[in-house]
Amino acid sequence: MKNTLRQVFHSSKFVVGFCIFAAILLTMIIYPLYNPGSPLEMIGVGTFAKPGTYVSLYDATKAPVETLRLSDADDKRIAASLSQDDRIAMVEWFTIMEIDVSDLDISDTDALLALWREHYDPSVKPKGMTMAKRNYYKRLNNALLELQGADTLIIADTDEETGALVEKSKITKTDYVNVSTVANVKVLPLGTDNFGRDVLKELVSATGTSILIGIIAGTVATLIGLTLGLLAGYVGGFVDDFIMFITNIFTVIPGFVLLILISYSLGQEQRGATVVAVVIGFTSWTWTARSVRSQVISLRNRDHVNLSKLSGHSLVRIVLTDILPYIASYVVMAFILQVSSGILAEAQLSLLGLGPKTTEVPTLGLMMNWAMLYSAHTNGSWWAYFPVILTIALISFSLNLMNTGLDQVFNPTLRD
Amino acid sequence: MGQPNEKTRAFLARTKGYRKYFGKKLLWFVITFVVAVILNFFLPRMMPADPVAAITGKMASGMTDASAVQEIYKRYEEEFGTNKPMWQQFLLFCKNALHGDFGTSFSQYPRRVSDIISSAIGWTIALQLPAILVGWLLGNLLGALAAYIRKGFDKVLLPVSLFMSNIPAFGMAVILLVVFAVNLKWFPVSGGYNFDMIPNLSWSFIKSVIVHYQLPFWSIVLISIGGQAVGMRSMSIYELNADYVKYARFLGIKDRKIVGYVFRNAMLPQVTGLALSIGTMIGGALVAEIIFSYPGLGSTMYAGVTAADYPLISATTLIITVMVLIATFLLDIIYGFIDPRVKAAQFD
Repeated sequence: MKNTLRQVFHSSKFVVGFCIFAAILLTMIIYPLYNPGSPLEMIGVGTFAKPGTYVSLYDATKAPVETLRLSDADDKRIAASLSQDDRIAMVEWFTIMEIDVSDLDISDTDALLALWREHYDPSVKPKGMTMAKRNYYKRLNNALLELQGADTLIIADTDEETGALVEKSKITKTDYVNVSTVANVKVLPLGTDNFGRDVLKELVSATGTSILIGIIAGTVATLIGLTLGLLAGYVGGFVDDFIMFITNIFTVIPGFVLLILISYSLGQEQRGATVVAVVIGFTSWTWTARSVRSQVISLRNRDHVNLSKLSGHSLVRIVLTDILPYIASYVVMAFILQVSSGILAEAQLSLLGLGPKTTEVPTLGLMMNWAMLYSAHTNGSWWAYFPVILTIALISFSLNLMNTGLDQVFNPTLRD
Repeated sequence: MGQPNEKTRAFLARTKGYRKYFGKKLLWFVITFVVAVILNFFLPRMMPADPVAAITGKMASGMTDASAVQEIYKRYEEEFGTNKPMWQQFLLFCKNALHGDFGTSFSQYPRRVSDIISSAIGWTIALQLPAILVGWLLGNLLGALAAYIRKGFDKVLLPVSLFMSNIPAFGMAVILLVVFAVNLKWFPVSGGYNFDMIPNLSWSFIKSVIVHYQLPFWSIVLISIGGQAVGMRSMSIYELNADYVKYARFLGIKDRKIVGYVFRNAMLPQVTGLALSIGTMIGGALVAEIIFSYPGLGSTMYAGVTAADYPLISATTLIITVMVLIATFLLDIIYGFIDPRVKAAQFD
């Protein structure tokens, strides 16, 4: 056993796969400790908040102020408030004024502003320009002047008796607060989803559920496949014919069609994550049954099995002690593949709208389904679907790598 | 005609043998088909939930008149025949299905389910058949190449294909969609043709179909390439180490010729592999269709599920099963022609 393990961990493919999978599992265990709470809690009111650090504006005004004089603060402020449309409009103005803008970089705020200060004149009325457009340029110019001027913002409160505004504090452009002194800062590394949920928290919890679904589905499929394969291979004769008849039929009838039929008929209310997992297991055992059977047939007439038979050992004992240990490595590999295909099956089922019921736990498939329903892919909210795809691919990649590694250890003919 | 000569006799024996092989495969096809139909009918009915009650609940939500609800329930009971004994229902179902009659769709009333399916099935076949075949061929070529060249090529290609084959079909579809349709705007975001067009045989319509075809097609191809390449690579390595290759090298047979032999022998398990995995592949591709809102069976099924359109779902699953069965049957037939062992067995 110890020797086998050492051999397995010598296979670089297995080790890489194992490390990826272990990292995913560790994240699943550790992250909830660091960020506790329900993964389905809707913290955001809007949809699809971008990934980043969110600082409470209210608390920031009360945090102790430091004065910092940064020379590029004004430029940054203007650059951030100048939208792409504004920049294009500015260039349009230059073209109307017949200024050469061929070597002007539109993202270079300094150059753009310098040119603007030089050439903008609110009193000029270019031919063919509408009043609205002229007013737009005036507003733009005023906004730019305001940003450059020494303005202060006043924080005011309503007096309860008179209803008048009472000045509480002033904020100048050189006021800074240390983020660590602000009472409420929320880091959302992957933003929020369409319901306003923390995507990373949801993803970690969904990964856990999906792996669990995979493991349950894999266990069910492996148990059924193993039992049928052992019976067919070892007992042979009519039992073999019968089991292979069933297996052949279910190999050809696509499992996901059965999965869809069963899941649909079960109805939304009946479909918990566990139920879905069991149903997936029940529709994907044929592979295991087939290969276990062929392995057992090659073992059936080995000397040690015959010796056991002659010694009068029972069928159960022969299967458990003389056959199972020889196919154990194979069964483990089949199990790993079943886990990976179970996770995928759940995701596809959820995308069809037939996944586990949506109110209890998130799964990777459900997250994907939600992201698609709220068209995250067309409105640019990559954080709602891309991490999910990546996680599914990584889980399945790591499991397949482990499987290939094991295969090379136990099947010397495959070694490179 | 005189005595048949040696050649014709061998030919006759071979056709007889083939007939036996194909007859056996056809028998299997029929048996599986019958089981599939039975499952398609009985599985939903074995479930604890009463589909008619569920449908009535959906249709009658907001209705207060109890007798009206009762009326709706009766109407659907008759439509499905759920008030008759199970075996009668089954016979009715078979009879109707043979006539291509799958009832009326709930969600697209008063369209017949058979109409909806016949307008969708062409899209699915035209998309998936070429995509799966091209993916399979490209994957096998790459895999064989990787096995033959090994160094360097193998190092880069193998991990990439391994990772690619693990991206789910819908994931690949979404990634392609976002990169090439949403960001680069090279291809349209959804549909099978421009939404303002009416299907006809004009040049502009065909062009629109071709443009819409690209992303779904390539997402399916890219997915199948990875898996096939990995399988073909290990198959080819196995064959390259076989004794007959060493012997052929020893005899001084040209490399090119040996590679030809190896490729043919390594292909055989790949054909079987395709036959075994075609169901799974079609399943993944159907979900990819949903992402692109491609007007095929996948989107039809999705529409059925979201609208709780029971007749539509039942008919779609049946048609998909039949498609997979036919594909598997055809692959078995092709396998019979290309596997020398099957050929040899015919002379026993």
